[in-house]
Amino acid sequence: MTTAIEVRGLVKTFGRTRALDGLDLTVNTGEVHGFLGPNGSGKTTTIRILLGLLRAGAGSASLLGGDPWSDATRLHRRLAYVPGDVTLWPNLSGGEVIDLLGRLRGGLDPRRRADLLERFELDPRKKGRAYSKGNRQKVALVAALASDVELLLLDEPTSGLDPLMEDVFRRCIEDERRRGRTVLLSSHVLAEVEALCDRVSIIRAGRRVETGSLAQLRHLTRTSINAELAGPPNGLTGAPGVHDLDVQGNRVRFEVDAAHLDDVLRLLSSSGVRALVSQPPTLEELFLRHYHDEKPDREELEPAR
Amino acid sequence: MNTTLTGTGGLVRLVLRRDRVLLPIWVLAFGLLPVSFAGATAQVYPTPEQLRQYHDSIVANPALRGTIGEVFGSNLGALTAWRSGTLMMFMAIVSLLTVIRHTRAEEDAGRRDLVGSAVVGRHAHLAAALAVTFAADLAVGLLIAATMAGYGTAGALAYGLVFAVTGWFFAAVGALAAQLTEGAGAARGIAMSVVGVAFVLRAAGDSSGSGGDIGWLSWLSPLGVAQRIRPYAGERWGLALALVLVSATLIAAAAALASRRDVGAGVLPARLGPATASPRLGSPLGLAWRLHRGSLLAWTFGLAAIGVVIGGASRDIEGFAQSPQVQQYLARLGGADVLRDAYLAASLGLLAIAAAGFAVQAALRMRAEETALRAEPVLATAVSRPAWLTSHLVFALLGPAAALAALGLTMGLASTEAGDDPAARVAATMSGAIAHLPAVWVLAGVAVAVFGLLPGASNALAWGAFAVCAFLTFVGQILDLDQRLLDLAPFTHVPRLPGSEFTATPLLWLAGAAAVLIAAGLAGFRRRDLG
Repeated sequence: MTTAIEVRGLVKTFGRTRALDGLDLTVNTGEVHGFLGPNGSGKTTTIRILLGLLRAGAGSASLLGGDPWSDATRLHRRLAYVPGDVTLWPNLSGGEVIDLLGRLRGGLDPRRRADLLERFELDPRKKGRAYSKGNRQKVALVAALASDVELLLLDEPTSGLDPLMEDVFRRCIEDERRRGRTVLLSSHVLAEVEALCDRVSIIRAGRRVETGSLAQLRHLTRTSINAELAGPPNGLTGAPGVHDLDVQGNRVRFEVDAAHLDDVLRLLSSSGVRALVSQPPTLEELFLRHYHDEKPDREELEPAR
Repeated sequence: MNTTLTGTGGLVRLVLRRDRVLLPIWVLAFGLLPVSFAGATAQVYPTPEQLRQYHDSIVANPALRGTIGEVFGSNLGALTAWRSGTLMMFMAIVSLLTVIRHTRAEEDAGRRDLVGSAVVGRHAHLAAALAVTFAADLAVGLLIAATMAGYGTAGALAYGLVFAVTGWFFAAVGALAAQLTEGAGAARGIAMSVVGVAFVLRAAGDSSGSGGDIGWLSWLSPLGVAQRIRPYAGERWGLALALVLVSATLIAAAAALASRRDVGAGVLPARLGPATASPRLGSPLGLAWRLHRGSLLAWTFGLAAIGVVIGGASRDIEGFAQSPQVQQYLARLGGADVLRDAYLAASLGLLAIAAAGFAVQAALRMRAEETALRAEPVLATAVSRPAWLTSHLVFALLGPAAALAALGLTMGLASTEAGDDPAARVAATMSGAIAHLPAVWVLAGVAVAVFGLLPGASNALAWGAFAVCAFLTFVGQILDLDQRLLDLAPFTHVPRLPGSEFTATPLLWLAGAAAVLIAAGLAGFRRRDLG
């Protein structure tokens, strides 16, 4: 399997702020890769370095086999980009912007353009200043999706879209996957990521903290257990993989890492189980766990896997 | 209870915070320049007799009256007030730009919605922008009144009032224009054309003279009316009151329009655009053309129109050469043609600075595109940074060339008299106009260089360099500054055509300097981060 994007130890500083702090990112050709992280974690900075708009401070980045900084113009023929914050020229109509960006990229498919305009219900005759945020976003999306390119870099592309349009967007990305295009999708909408992405990378404070397929990530999440035992629980306190243990008589409530589920269940049954409720792991929990961790020193306890 | 003004106080503080550098600079500049004019004039014409001669030479010169204004008295105060006629126009422009910047430009940027959702009344934005501009204009007036008081208290008060009411009137024009259009650019265009019309009316009326056939035109121009408050020459306070009343009416109209329209919308309707782009809009240059064509056409037609006015006025110059005194003086210079040429050359010198303003504006468009995040999607396509920069550079370099050529053409045609060869006249004024191009390019080069090397400060540095050059060229000679200082301005090195020897060497040096600056800017832009 070839890689479309390969980033190693990327560092970018703005003055005293360290926006990227040794970031790694691998996106395989043909996959839809979710790129997640809280606000200010460095997602947009990474994408802008991949576009050659910013210069990396240290580390290496390769995009479609080329150097994003020195080969920028050549590489840009093969990719399309949707910025998170779309601003249009106030005196150009949406249709003009779509055609302009498509032509500057090296051409766009008129049939796909017409089809996308219809699917996104976008009036291309309005002038840039007359569009709402969602409609500006649609202009950028149509311009990118109608282009004949190998790689799509989408920076929170659904911000400002209503749920119906989010659905249209998802179906468009499904089409792109079937066409074999590679997509890097930075997003905050977990449902969107779960529905679309083959693999996911989570970054925080300029570093990748998790990466893998959704199945692998689910494996990393914790199952919450609520059990009534025949006697007092033994061996649960301090057992590896057990978190937030709360014991009230014979009742126990805790969370357990997926890797230790087997051992913990054995401990429980040694005390005799009267009733047991287990809640399946959700990705949301995993994301929130990473999002909530504010202090960088916690990061060392949870190295990237 | 009227709640439409709720929150004005907070917005005033916001305006002051945003303009905390700009506002004091222009208040001090406009407030202190008149007294420095007075000092310089007193040095050159120390005796009352010399002042009288100076006064007579202005009265006798319709072209000078046209460009600066009618002179109303021969004392130092009145002559200083006359001398600052051009400054008044800048005061008008700065006032209207300040109002539009804090009203329509805020709506354009979408920030108005955010602020408007707070406890802020419908008219609070307009009121805050006007309050700050009015206060700044008043501060200019008070500074002038205080610094000029030594030449007579009543005159100083009237002088300050001339500037304050000019600022107020055009602030009101800006407020009205801001209600009419959807974009800040179009609002600026409308308000600036009011300044242009006011100038042309006053210039036509004043060059004809109060006794002339079209002398009454000056009374239609707010600039002409403000000058007729006549500081130090029998003040007419009623005219100041009249201008204040008209300004109040304009503001009432602006407020009435503001309460009828939606936020973000204009009174003049927005039209739909084409659904697909024309084949020309498919390259960086095609995009740059769409972004620059409005200002290119406005500048070209504007300078062409001014060329007609000034070229026409230059023919009258010989009309006053009837008195034996003046004829003697002219003979010494080399004939009446010399005077006409000298007048045209001086006018070209001033207008070239305006063209340089166009060049700086066009070059800084790149920075505007970058900060508005509109450069990013273009540079994320197969457009290289040099290609993108070049597409804008074409307009920063050739736009002023087109505007100056149009100016030279109309000026030459309008200055042609019976017996002149029109082609020769046009060639003379055209070469005079084009000779300024390398100096204009130097300022464009400065803008490109700071854009590439110090993007964060590019607006301040490029306009600062422009202001210094304009100051040295406009005011430097009046203030009799050191020649080494004057040499810093590129315009100092341009041969004064028509009427003097053409020398290519300084022009080549200027063009070379511009090329070096542009190359430095391009090199910096290729290396730096975007955003």
